Amino acid sequence: MSVITREDVAPVEDGQDDQARAMRLMRRRSRIRFFEFIIWPAAVAAIFLLPSKMLILTEIAILALFAVSLDLVLGFAGIVSLGHTAFFGIGAYTAGLFARHYFAEPVTGLLVAGVVSGILGFATSFLILRGSDLTRLMTTLGIALMLGEAANQMGWLTGGADGLSGFSLGPILGLFEFDLWGRNGYIYCLAVLFVTTMVARRIAFSPFGLALKAIKSNPTRAALVGVPARRRLVIAYTIAAVMAGFAGALLTQTTSFVSPDVLAFHRSADVLLILVIGGTGYLYGGIFGAIGFTLLKDWLSVVTPQYWMFWIGLLLVILVLVGRGRIARWIEYIPQRLTAAMGGKP
Amino acid sequence: MTAPLLATRKLVAGYGEAAVLAGIDLTLEEGRTLALLGRNGTGKTTLVETIAGLTTHHGGTIHLMGQDITRMRADRRVAAGIGWVPQERNIFKSLTVEENLTAIARPGVWTVDRAYSMFPRLKERRRNLGSQLSGGEQQMLAVARALMVNPRLLLLDEPLEGLAPIIVDELLAALRQIVDGEGMSAIIIEQKARKVLPLAHEAIILDRGAIVYQGSSSDLLADEKALGQHLGVEKVPARV
Repeated sequence: MSVITREDVAPVEDGQDDQARAMRLMRRRSRIRFFEFIIWPAAVAAIFLLPSKMLILTEIAILALFAVSLDLVLGFAGIVSLGHTAFFGIGAYTAGLFARHYFAEPVTGLLVAGVVSGILGFATSFLILRGSDLTRLMTTLGIALMLGEAANQMGWLTGGADGLSGFSLGPILGLFEFDLWGRNGYIYCLAVLFVTTMVARRIAFSPFGLALKAIKSNPTRAALVGVPARRRLVIAYTIAAVMAGFAGALLTQTTSFVSPDVLAFHRSADVLLILVIGGTGYLYGGIFGAIGFTLLKDWLSVVTPQYWMFWIGLLLVILVLVGRGRIARWIEYIPQRLTAAMGGKP
Repeated sequence: MTAPLLATRKLVAGYGEAAVLAGIDLTLEEGRTLALLGRNGTGKTTLVETIAGLTTHHGGTIHLMGQDITRMRADRRVAAGIGWVPQERNIFKSLTVEENLTAIARPGVWTVDRAYSMFPRLKERRRNLGSQLSGGEQQMLAVARALMVNPRLLLLDEPLEGLAPIIVDELLAALRQIVDGEGMSAIIIEQKARKVLPLAHEAIILDRGAIVYQGSSSDLLADEKALGQHLGVEKVPARV
C-alpha cells in the first residue's frame, strides 16, 4: 500500500463539496420512476374513461392516501402501528364538525383536520417512542380504541353511534360543487393524494428520509453517526398523522357523513393489509395496494357476497407464506431486466 | 491549563442493573492514542460503548474537552466529537460506499475525497453497495465513515478482527497515518497486542472491569512479564 502524506490529500476548506455530492446522490435516488409516469396520467384519464366508477375511484384515492401516510411511519421509520385510524378518525370528525359549525369550504376544513390530527400525532408520538414493536402495537391500538369509545359516548358532539350528519360542504375553493356522480369529489381527492404523495416523496428521498431508514434498520448505528432518532421519529409520526387526517377529512367531505366506524380497528387492519399487498418503503406501495385491495374487495363482494372476507383472509395468508422474508417487497420478484427498464427498484 | 481531550473519573457503567466497569479513571490528551487491551469479557467494549453513550451509567463522570458528557445522548456525543467504529462494523449495506460516506458527512477537514485518498480501495468500489464489499473493505468503510463525522476522538473496537493478514497490514498503515500523520486521538481495542502497541502512545489493560496496567505502550511492549500475565501473550522467539 502506498504511504499517504498530507500533501497527497487534496486540501478542502469545508464540507461544501461533500454536500453537493450528497445532494447529487440523493437526486439520483429520487429520480422519477417509470411507473410514476403511468399511474398519475392513468388516474387522470379515469375521469374521462370511467365516469361511472367515480365513487370507487374516490374510495381508492382516500385509502391510498391513508396507506401512504402509514408507509411513512412503517416503511420508513419502522414504527409498527395498529391504531393509525386514530388520526384518520380525528381528521374525519374534525372536518365534519368544522363544516357543520364554522365553515363549509372543503380545502379549509381539510387543512384544519390535518392540523388537529398532527397535534394528536405529536402528542402521542412520545408514547410510541417507548418500548419495542409489541408495546408500540398495543399503545397505538389503545389510543385508537379510546378515541373510538369517546366518539361513541360523546353523542352531544359527535352524534354518537348514529354518526354526525346534517351538514353539507360548500364548493371546493368556492368554485367546484360536489356533484351527484362524484366526479368533482374524485378530482379533489386525486389532487390531494397527488400533492401529499409528492410531499411525502420529497421527505422520503431527502436526508431526513435517509435518516429515518437508518433508524429503522439499526437505531444504535444511527445514533452513532449522529442521527437524533427521537426527534426524527416524532417529526415523521406527526407528518404521517397530518396525512392520515387529510384522508379522514376527504372521506367525510365526499360522503357528508362521519360515524365511529372511522375509528374502528378494521380500518387500521385494512390499511396494514394494503401495505402488505402493495409493499412498504417506497410510498407507491400504498397506492398499488389500495387499488388492489379495493378492486379485489369490490369484485369478491359481488362474486361471493357472504364470504368475501374469507377470500381476503386467504389471500393474506398466501401472501405471507409466499413472501416470507420479502413480504411487502413483492417488487423484488420482478425480473431485474424489467425493473431496470422501469428505472430501478424502488 | 487546557482540559484533556477525554477524562473519566470513577466511571461505573454496564448493561441494565449489571455494572461491568468498576470505577475507571482514564485521561487522554489531544493527539495521543491509547491501546485498550485485555482478555475477552474484561470490559473493553463496555468502556468504549460507555464513552460513546450506549450503556447504563451507574456512577462517575466523563468529560470531553472539559465538557461533561456523562448524561449526553449518543447522537449528541457524535456532534461533540466522538467517532465510533464498532466491532460489527455496522455499515449501511443497502447504500453504496459513496452514499455511506456522504449521508452522514459533517463539515470539517475530513471529506469524502480525503477518505478516498486514505483508502483507495473505497474509491474503486464507490458505486458498490455495502453488502457487496469484502470484510476488509467493510472495515475500511467503517473507519472512513467514522472520520466523516470529523471527530476529535476515534473509538475503534477490534478493527483488525477477522481480517486477512494482507488487509490487516493495509488497515494498520492507514490507522498509523490517521493517528501519526493526522494527529487524530484514538482509543483502539485490540486482541493482537503486538500489532496495536506500536501504533499507540499509551496502553491500558483491563481485567474484570478495572484497570490492572497503565503505562506507555512502548514500556508494555517491552514488558514480556506483563504481556504474559495479563494478556497471555507469549514471548516472541528470537530468530535463529
